[in-house]
Amino acid sequence: MLIELRDVWKVYRMDGVEVQALRGVDLRVEAGEFVAIMGPSGSGKSTCMNVLGLLDRPTSGEYRFEGRDTTALSEVEAARLRNRRIGFVFQSFNLLPRATALENVELPLVYAGVRDRQRALAALRSVGLEHRARHLPSQLSGGEQQRVAIARALVMQPAVVLADEPTGNLDSRASAEVMQLFQRLNREGVTVILVTHEAEVAAFARRIVQFRDGRIVADRPNPPRVPEGSLR
Amino acid sequence: MTLQASVRVALRALAANPLRSLLTTLGVIIGVAAVVTTVSIGAGARQSVEAQLTALGTNLLTVLPGRVEAPGRVGFGLGSAQTLTWGDALAVQRSIPGVEAVAAEFSRSARVVAGPYNDTTNVSGVTPSFPEVRNWHPVEGSFFTDQDLRSRARVAVIGQTVRETLFPGGESPVGQTIRINRALFTVVGVMERKGSTGFGDRDDVVFVPLSTAQRRLFGVDYVRAVYVKVREAGRMGEVAAQVEGLLRERHRIPEDAEPDFVVRNQADVVQAFTGVTRTITLLLAAIAAVSLVVGGIGIMNIMLVSVTERTREIGIRKAVGATRRDVLMQFLVEAVLLSAGGGLVGVGLGVAAARTVSAVAGWATVVTAQAVLLAFGFAAAVGVFFGLYPAHRAASLDPIVALRYE
Repeated sequence: MLIELRDVWKVYRMDGVEVQALRGVDLRVEAGEFVAIMGPSGSGKSTCMNVLGLLDRPTSGEYRFEGRDTTALSEVEAARLRNRRIGFVFQSFNLLPRATALENVELPLVYAGVRDRQRALAALRSVGLEHRARHLPSQLSGGEQQRVAIARALVMQPAVVLADEPTGNLDSRASAEVMQLFQRLNREGVTVILVTHEAEVAAFARRIVQFRDGRIVADRPNPPRVPEGSLR
Repeated sequence: MTLQASVRVALRALAANPLRSLLTTLGVIIGVAAVVTTVSIGAGARQSVEAQLTALGTNLLTVLPGRVEAPGRVGFGLGSAQTLTWGDALAVQRSIPGVEAVAAEFSRSARVVAGPYNDTTNVSGVTPSFPEVRNWHPVEGSFFTDQDLRSRARVAVIGQTVRETLFPGGESPVGQTIRINRALFTVVGVMERKGSTGFGDRDDVVFVPLSTAQRRLFGVDYVRAVYVKVREAGRMGEVAAQVEGLLRERHRIPEDAEPDFVVRNQADVVQAFTGVTRTITLLLAAIAAVSLVVGGIGIMNIMLVSVTERTREIGIRKAVGATRRDVLMQFLVEAVLLSAGGGLVGVGLGVAAARTVSAVAGWATVVTAQAVLLAFGFAAAVGVFFGLYPAHRAASLDPIVALRYE
């Protein structure tokens, strides 16, 4: 089992008001799955992603990542897992503006203490952007920037890629390209969990989890309605 | 992340804003330059004072007639009282074992004429031991002898300034005749150049035998100074006390009374001068160090701005696996590179400023490795100290908040 959440609660205090972002979430994800988490804003799906990405810790409940209990992880151990086992893709790309595409992809390698330009180039190639390696993010289109971010998420060959609204800032054509890329990567064995509120985006996934008010209200498999790769 | 990688990232961040980096580190540059310059000038001053005092003669005690009337204040008549004699000098030489040589001097201003040239200069009657005791030797001809002293010979040894005045043609004065207060003297030697001190031009002098000066020129039987060369530098104080005891006895001065002479220890004078210059140097360096600290505050200020500006970058780095320590190091290295870089530039500027002071003002300056290392090390330490807080702030950022920061 790759990911296992058991009765996970997350409670914040914002301006003195208690916010229950997660209210007893149970979720199991196997290696190789392609899961879309859906729900209206404020439903707790982003908080759930932060917990899954070890950026945030549950208030109560248990999170097992690759069979390992994460509640006792030190800050350094969590950083190490984020570095090696988890890849992040964000809505706003979050590339370093002054670094080239290649340098952005190399960033996780730097923190892993690996100097391997070929590996970063290979990751760029796998998203079809090898020819853009020397470009700055500002010289790339939105879809290209997001593909660079995906290459960065993949370069360490993580156990799971977590994508938070990856198409939120893209037009429909670029969105389709990015989602096809996720689909292809998933077929090649990468586990993908993505958060979205768009049904067309979720349609690319093989399983759809519905959040509402901090709880999972539906969890169903999603048969491939769109023939894979047909939009290309 | 390796230190090497941290340095690369930090250099890149600094190069992204070159003007800002330069202005940030300007305080450190000025501080380090000021420390290096002031310490160099101080060290130079100390060295030249020490050199001048050493040139006066090493291991030297000077006995002057007269009284010190108040602590630290030289009394009226010091050097002009008539109680100190050549006999006192001989007694010191004979009965104090630590004494290597003794010289006595009586000097007075007199008119000196050679052919068409004339000069009013200091005519100094001294004993033949004077060159050895005062570490001051003739470069041409020779000094006069004990025989000259006994016979009150009319021989003279002239200083370089007198030579230039009386023999401007450049001919050798040795063997020539000069008149001192109308008496004829034969020049037998020329002294080496001593240069001027704060006390006046020491080369403006004519030496004659002490007995000649006392009897033939000025009609006196006392001396103005007795110089005692001590065999070992470590026994200066001891010998000075013995000299004082002996002269008290000879002058019949009781233990509880003020003596009619003063024994000055050259080492004390050197020490006093050295102490003064060291104090002044320390004071200047302390002021310069304050400017270094101000420079450090400037670095902290800009680093805090930089951390805020790069909040999102910090979030990204943490998301892809940077630990708190990695982020801390990145910003700390940046601060230290700023301050150490400023330190390097400051050292260069300081050395250049010291050289300029030497060239323009003619002051001796000595750039010591100690001063350079101290200033540079202090600058680097300032970087660590003032970089720590901004780096800590960066490292403590919550990645979720940082990633959402606009």
